[in-house]
Amino acid sequence: MAISTESEFHVLAVDDSIIDRKLIERLLKTSSYQVTTVDSGSKALQFLGFHEDEESNQNRPSVSPMIHREVQVNLIITDYCMPGMTGYDLLKKIKESSSLRNIPVVIMSSENVPSRINRCLEEGAEEFFLKPVRLSDVNKLKPHMMKAKAKDHQEPAKQGPEGSETPEIQSVQPQQTPAQSSNKRKAMEEGISQERTRPRYSGLAVI
Amino acid sequence: MDVVSQLQRQFLDFTTSLYREGFLDDQFVQLQKLQDESNPEFVIEVVSLFFEDSEKLLNNLSTALQQHIVDYKQVDALVHQFKGSSSSIGAQRVKNVCVSFRNYCEEKNVEGCFRCLQQVKHEYHLVKSRLDALFKASPLVAGATNIGSWWVSPYDSIIGIDAAEIRESPKIYICIFVTFGLAN
Repeated sequence: MAISTESEFHVLAVDDSIIDRKLIERLLKTSSYQVTTVDSGSKALQFLGFHEDEESNQNRPSVSPMIHREVQVNLIITDYCMPGMTGYDLLKKIKESSSLRNIPVVIMSSENVPSRINRCLEEGAEEFFLKPVRLSDVNKLKPHMMKAKAKDHQEPAKQGPEGSETPEIQSVQPQQTPAQSSNKRKAMEEGISQERTRPRYSGLAVI
Repeated sequence: MDVVSQLQRQFLDFTTSLYREGFLDDQFVQLQKLQDESNPEFVIEVVSLFFEDSEKLLNNLSTALQQHIVDYKQVDALVHQFKGSSSSIGAQRVKNVCVSFRNYCEEKNVEGCFRCLQQVKHEYHLVKSRLDALFKASPLVAGATNIGSWWVSPYDSIIGIDAAEIRESPKIYICIFVTFGLAN
């Protein structure tokens, strides 16, 4: 029952296969998203205005603030197997970047390799889709984009190159439906979220 | 009307046979679902891209396997690509050969690889000729019956048509609503 129009969501799709790019573009457009497709991880980073020195030097202001504001990307969906920079490499770079890490990333792969899937989820990917990707998969994207948008609106300050290592305690938003956002959270979020504290029993009977 | 029914029947038989014989799988149905008035040529566009891409891949594969010292990593990468693209458009038999092909690459079995190359070329040409026929025939059939867009599902061979068309020409709708079992 979302009031917001989907067209305000912009998805960046990364895939070296022209056929898969065409497919994912159509799937995303059918879901009324704005779409940009690129054929490599490095082009994706270029599009996102990513600069290598951003992550290392927090003091230096983001080199391309203009680009960030103009090209708002709400989600990145990338193929895993790509020559040069793999989808995993791209995911890592994004999560390591103070300005890009809040953008949800989804990985696609034609191969069902559990260790690969786990590795990506642990690195922060929101979803892992097996190819060929279907409309039912694309339908799973909206919650991630909405969540990211809500987060952005609550803390505009966090978008600056501030300490990216501070744990997410600051973003104490009432986490209404942890179950819904699935178990794909980063470990550190789970570690400190209050509602998850369970009564700990020492095992000793109290008489 | 009889000629039209025959035409539809033949078209229907042809398309369902493609699924039954494994040339196409459910992914092809998914492609058709993505086609609509705003993107009326989507399926043909994707399949054309597939054809172009495949010709290049097959050429590169031939070249790679003819090298004095075969670079199996490269061959595998090409087959992986081919497997991906064929899977994306629903060309099931092509995809299946690619799976075997990759196994031979892993084993560095040059004879096995050569056999697979021949097989994959063969399967590719088979599916290409059928898809070409499908694309040539569907506008004809659509034109004859004033039906805008056709698509066929392998599961129960319902042809998707504009609801309005069904109301206007119930006879046509009835004759093409046939039920077939699942392919394999």
